[in-house]
Amino acid sequence: MANRTPLYDEHVADGGKLVDFAGWDMPINYGSQLEEHNQVRNDAGMFDVSHMTVVDLTGERTREFLRYLLANNVDRLKDSGKALYGCMLNESGGVIDDLIVYFLRDDFFRMVVNAGTHDKDIAWLEKQAPAFGVTVTERPELAMIAVQGPNARDRTLPLLSDAARAAACELKPFFGAFDGEWFIARTGYTGEDGFEIVLPADAAATFWQQLRAAGVKPTGLGARDTLRLEAGMNLYGSDMDESISPLEAALSWTVAWEPAERDFIGRAALEQQRKQGVTQKLVGLLLEGKGVLRNHQKVMAGDFGEGEITSGSFSPTLQRAIAFARVPKDTGDTCQVDIRGKLLTARVVKPPFVRNGEAQIDL
Amino acid sequence: MSNIPVELKYAKTHEWARTNDDGSVTVGISDTAQDQLGDMVFIEVPEVGATVTAEEACAVVESVKAASDVYAPVGGKIVEVNEGLADSPETVNNDAYGEGWIFRIEPSDAGELGALMDADGYTGFLAAEDH
Repeated sequence: MANRTPLYDEHVADGGKLVDFAGWDMPINYGSQLEEHNQVRNDAGMFDVSHMTVVDLTGERTREFLRYLLANNVDRLKDSGKALYGCMLNESGGVIDDLIVYFLRDDFFRMVVNAGTHDKDIAWLEKQAPAFGVTVTERPELAMIAVQGPNARDRTLPLLSDAARAAACELKPFFGAFDGEWFIARTGYTGEDGFEIVLPADAAATFWQQLRAAGVKPTGLGARDTLRLEAGMNLYGSDMDESISPLEAALSWTVAWEPAERDFIGRAALEQQRKQGVTQKLVGLLLEGKGVLRNHQKVMAGDFGEGEITSGSFSPTLQRAIAFARVPKDTGDTCQVDIRGKLLTARVVKPPFVRNGEAQIDL
Repeated sequence: MSNIPVELKYAKTHEWARTNDDGSVTVGISDTAQDQLGDMVFIEVPEVGATVTAEEACAVVESVKAASDVYAPVGGKIVEVNEGLADSPETVNNDAYGEGWIFRIEPSDAGELGALMDADGYTGFLAAEDH
């Protein structure tokens, strides 16, 4: 039987259409993916992301461990609660997973990794951590709810305990704070303001119901995907995997080259690739005409060669088809996409497509 | 439960067909089909005047989730298409059997309608497909 999150009964009660996602019964939508998408852009929606893996890393040398484990540099985290997005690479520079890590104390960092990569991530952490005396502790007894949208914070704050509310009010973007087992972070995967809240599993259903009563609508994985695509955020397994380096996945900004003496797993391979130059890159596409871009459609970049769409969909906010595509590195301003045997023109653009409800590219 | 009007005929590929007074056949996708596909974002209709054979793919409905072919339930000539769907693809979700029609065919052999299922047949077909 598939895994169920502590909110499974809520999804059923909310009319969620449940599908298998990485071994979990998860709601793809609760009726209309478009309405849920727009709800997050215009007001506030909530996602059950309890299937994601929360991992606590503890031990005196945790910072040193993460300096070696991640291509991004945890030394960028100076204030307690601050979050960092980055990739965990293999020796050849391929992405094992992308993740968020929160600095809490020098002997305590919290990581949130993808559900679909749970087993290999844990295996990798368990393999690398002992050399640093770091303890890897999964937290399956915790649930996680993301509340996202321009009104997400206003609707969430009154529902928190006094202490949690006081801390959450003060959070700057990309920071998190504890109140007991509750961990509230001002992060997300939609391009909107909001919180990601880690809380005890047995408190999740009540909190979900309170959020719903406060006007926050349940939002499924379908809308989560179109929201993150509009926001220009990569999806592991679609836009990058172990055969793709961050430099080929529009994630160069997450690679901290300086200080040069910091060794991290995959560094040598990345240095080599940087020196030789990448042959492909990940770009945004906007379809000029009617139609819908889909994963795996072929992209033609004239004399430069061919590529492929890694994430494609209809953008509810822009009312146009948008995508990420991995294309030859010299691809120009336009390309052709093979949509069911027809070649249609797409413009090459720089994501994000949408941020805080506003279009970021000219249509 | 799904809405399956008794006056219509149904194909295994989830199209419905309505025979009009002039003998032409209006085609759309069933309520079950639109529900499975989810929010429609783009409908590609056939060209008026095109000749199609039964079970030929002649239109495409694209939802946020996926693209799906629409097959001609009977062969013949396309005599009208629903131009309104270009601007309002969601009509297929909201009124699958009415305003959400996709095209109209002048059948070359009305006998082909006999190969389609009636409402009871389609209901049973859906139940079997569920298992």
